[in-house]
Amino acid sequence: MTIKDIFDSMDFGPAPESAAEALAWLAERGNRFGNFIDGQFTKPGATFETRNPATGAVLAHVTHATDVDLDAAVKAARKAQVKWAKDGHARARVLYAIARLLQKHSRLFAVLETLDNGKPIRESRDIDIPLAQRHFYYHAGMAQLMDSELPGREPLGVCGQIVPWNFPLLMLAWKIAPALAMGNTVVLKPAEYTSLTALLFADICRQAGVPRGVVNIVTGDGAVGEMIVTHPGIDKIAFTGSTSVGRLIRQATAGSGKALTLELGGKSPYIVFDDADLDSAIEGLVDAIWFNQGQVCCAGSRLLVQESIADRFLTKLRARMATLRIGDPMDKCIDVGAIVDPVQRDTIARLVDGCVEGDKYVAPGAMPGMGCYYPPTLISGLSPASPLMQEEIFGPVLVSTTFRTPSEAVEIANNTRYGLAATVWTENLNLALDIAPKLVAGVVWINGTNMFDAAAGFGGTRESGFGREGGWEGLSAYTKAKGATKPLKPILAYGGEGQPQDGVDRTAKLYIGGKQARPDGGYSRPVHGPRGALLGHASHANRKDLRNAVEAMNAAKGWGKTTGHLRAQILYYIAENLSARGAEFAKRLNTMTGGTGGAAEVEASIRRLFTWAAWADKYDGQAHGVPIRGVALAMKEPVGNIGILCPDDAPLLGLVGCIAPAIAFGNRVTAVASEPFPLAASDFYQVLDTSDVPGGVVNILNGSHAELAPHMAAHMDIDAVWSFSSTDVSKGIEAKSAINLKRTWVNNGRVGDWFTGKADEQFRIAATEVKNIWIPYGE
Amino acid sequence: MEQTSTLHPAVVAGTAQLPQLHEPRNPGMDLDLDWVARVQANTSAIERRAASLPGRRSVKKDYQAAWLLKAVACIDLTTLSGDDTADRVKRLCAKARQPVSAALLDRLGLPNLTVGAVCVYHDMVETAVRALEGTGIPVAAVSTGFPAGLSPWHLRVQEIRESVAAGAREIDIVISRRHVLAGDWQALYDETREMRAACGDAHMKAILATGELGTLRNVARASLVTMMAGADFIKTSTGKESVNATLPVSLTMIRALRDYGDRTGIKIGYKPAGGISKAKDALVYLSLIKEELGTRWLSPDLFRFGASSLLGDIERQLEHHVTGAYSAGWRHALA
Repeated sequence: MTIKDIFDSMDFGPAPESAAEALAWLAERGNRFGNFIDGQFTKPGATFETRNPATGAVLAHVTHATDVDLDAAVKAARKAQVKWAKDGHARARVLYAIARLLQKHSRLFAVLETLDNGKPIRESRDIDIPLAQRHFYYHAGMAQLMDSELPGREPLGVCGQIVPWNFPLLMLAWKIAPALAMGNTVVLKPAEYTSLTALLFADICRQAGVPRGVVNIVTGDGAVGEMIVTHPGIDKIAFTGSTSVGRLIRQATAGSGKALTLELGGKSPYIVFDDADLDSAIEGLVDAIWFNQGQVCCAGSRLLVQESIADRFLTKLRARMATLRIGDPMDKCIDVGAIVDPVQRDTIARLVDGCVEGDKYVAPGAMPGMGCYYPPTLISGLSPASPLMQEEIFGPVLVSTTFRTPSEAVEIANNTRYGLAATVWTENLNLALDIAPKLVAGVVWINGTNMFDAAAGFGGTRESGFGREGGWEGLSAYTKAKGATKPLKPILAYGGEGQPQDGVDRTAKLYIGGKQARPDGGYSRPVHGPRGALLGHASHANRKDLRNAVEAMNAAKGWGKTTGHLRAQILYYIAENLSARGAEFAKRLNTMTGGTGGAAEVEASIRRLFTWAAWADKYDGQAHGVPIRGVALAMKEPVGNIGILCPDDAPLLGLVGCIAPAIAFGNRVTAVASEPFPLAASDFYQVLDTSDVPGGVVNILNGSHAELAPHMAAHMDIDAVWSFSSTDVSKGIEAKSAINLKRTWVNNGRVGDWFTGKADEQFRIAATEVKNIWIPYGE
Repeated sequence: MEQTSTLHPAVVAGTAQLPQLHEPRNPGMDLDLDWVARVQANTSAIERRAASLPGRRSVKKDYQAAWLLKAVACIDLTTLSGDDTADRVKRLCAKARQPVSAALLDRLGLPNLTVGAVCVYHDMVETAVRALEGTGIPVAAVSTGFPAGLSPWHLRVQEIRESVAAGAREIDIVISRRHVLAGDWQALYDETREMRAACGDAHMKAILATGELGTLRNVARASLVTMMAGADFIKTSTGKESVNATLPVSLTMIRALRDYGDRTGIKIGYKPAGGISKAKDALVYLSLIKEELGTRWLSPDLFRFGASSLLGDIERQLEHHVTGAYSAGWRHALA
């Protein structure tokens, strides 16, 4: 082509980024890598190939870590952790050095990432690497501030971290930066497709003065991941990846006492209202679903467009797809690069080929003759019932349907097992800010999409996982409350043959939907005092009573939309009414337990109610300072339906101490009372009845914790389960919770603290979800 | 002096610059206020697109040279100063005829390259027309009380007629910003329509003075209204506002232009003006146009840069391309 030819055709032409430096870096290391353990690279062991998906060329040979390697890594991490945790300022210096080194070597990281992953160099250069740097800068600050701002928190210890292949270095940064900042040490496994930037990062760690053992990188496939997940020397697992693997990890870690955060799949809605700036919304879609070839957990993969503009919008969208450039990811002029691996591409193809409905439009841009590619694809005219509207494709495939009204948009958007992200396009501020809180998602972007920053938490709900990465809210994933706990012994009910004490027989029923309810099974259990006296009968709830309670919680969803002010008033009112009957409750407690602490427990319960009434209108969200003209509003939202197995040891205080924080923040609860001492709870529902608590907000069951716990954990319409039972149900709950990946908070057989407020922060965290709503503005 | 009804020699010469040679002119349409009211422009999103574009598209080596030559072909070489004299305008016209040294153009394989047009005040039109005779390069006149557009209405219309009579083939009119700011779209439409009528066969480029319209939404709406009124080109700025052509403004205007084309089938030209002085900026603009409008727009009949100092930087880059050594300004002929 002569210049004159180009002058006439005005093609873009090739604009290749050089791979030379990155290939030289690999070659200097013999293209073979060991693990990075205790500050050094081990000799390469049995290796596997890592390839450039754009060409199929082998880039390097990476070691398949063995159990011996992992043991060594965990041991090194353990040894390093105590000292590492001591000095926040020292950690800040190291994290700052990492951030600077990531900047100094930014192009090397970007090129290596693109070679290994297949993403366009534009993205690794302008998005992945700068965001990774930002995470280390941000968390250098968190290390500096930990002592002053998080005085009650301490590190978890050794963190096992497993990251995916779609953003290899960025996900590493999201995992390592907060973990290190909070004084943890890490053993991280990159995805087997994309190990190279993690190994380069290991190299950087040495230059940054990261103490030996603080960062350990082990490489390998899922088998290595499984070893990490089950390793007894690891205190916390952080995983980003598929929902199916996340589910396995939840099951594998159940009962181990390991802390767990999961950032999983999504099918995030992308909602376009008729008053949106359509051209901008279409450009947003390019960033939503064709960013990183659609291999993005939070990809806006489900387009919901208002019916009145659907035709025009889809026409414009198809026109935009025609200008997407697909090809060599090392070309600076490429929009859509290579799919990470042929296995992944085949999965995408299988899903798309299996779709027999809708109108399929494939971007007409030229496809490379070789390498692993899939063309940008739009399938419009689907309905929520279409499999592809539900299933995550994890590729450059957008599916779409229409809606008529804002409320229908919300309904369709939330008609999913996932809850990671959502995008809303409208020029109407009222509409945007009305819709955003209603969407089930951890992140909502208004008039933009795929915006990320270290200062704003990222993470999901439902089967998209739990936990947040980034922001102040992300720190709780890498810290725990200070202080040691004691083992909790099982507390058994008293038996006996004694006579009834009440003059008139009293029936302690279940409390469901604001009404006293007889148990479905028709069984009751006698409750005896310590000397065998018959104190009464407690209804014995079974799984159907639990089911009914969940229905009642669903009917009471409006509670989540009430004001904190109203909820505070009701909590105060409960305290007032409990106080009025304080002597009676104290006597009941003493009679049941045989102790003398009844009055103190009642008093403490009233204090708890006051505490949570106080918090109800004060647990404010935050306006995160993200680097855009706009805000990221971190809103505290209720988790939803919470099932609670109440502590056995403090029959009233434990019940109140769990219910109050849950309802203070708008959750609905179903609480199973102390199993050995159930009658305080059944007295308590009378207090609720007189305190304006709407029916269904609090449901109280009596019964066997062991029997109810698995049903509670497996119920798909329960969003979280807390267990403080003295029955050994923690492992079962965590394992069963994997069915819908609900949040769990279990005591693992440790004693809880009900009298002081030491656990209050944990309750606040457990009772809320943080939703980050990104609102760019400017006219 | 030529009559407006007869073709200018440039047209007879069959040069590429003149829009009417290729595409049907915009006849305009009735003012559709519903459409105008529907127009949205989300500033943050538009800015994000504009900010990320330079990172998404890049042209290198021969392609860069070819694109820079295209930029030259699309320049409206401009002088709009109070101290313009006949000789100054003649010098400018000489540069328009030979925008890059003949030796360089030979090496690059485009020996006959000229700029897109020469843009001057009314008083300089005749001088420019004479200086460009036989080249096919059209003369554009800024009319209608440029730059503020606040002279008496009948004088503004008369100025158009006189510029056309003096041989201007393109009239860069300025709109009444106050109509936009007051939301009086009807008045804007009526005025622009009358100006268009006064232009006759000369093409009308409507300058929106976007830096004075307050919001991108106003820019988008004003773009639509002037196109409905028959503008052949829409143009950002006079070059005299404190903020002139920007990428976000350009994106807003060309999206409006595209919508107008989708509805009417008419291709409207686009001219960013003011503040584009670097070769690199010119490449970004060309990429933006290619991405949003298509390659067809990368031609002087549908795209122009209003610029005076841009050419100098492009000349240096072209010499660098040919010699491999960085160039110096004094090696290239002044305008």
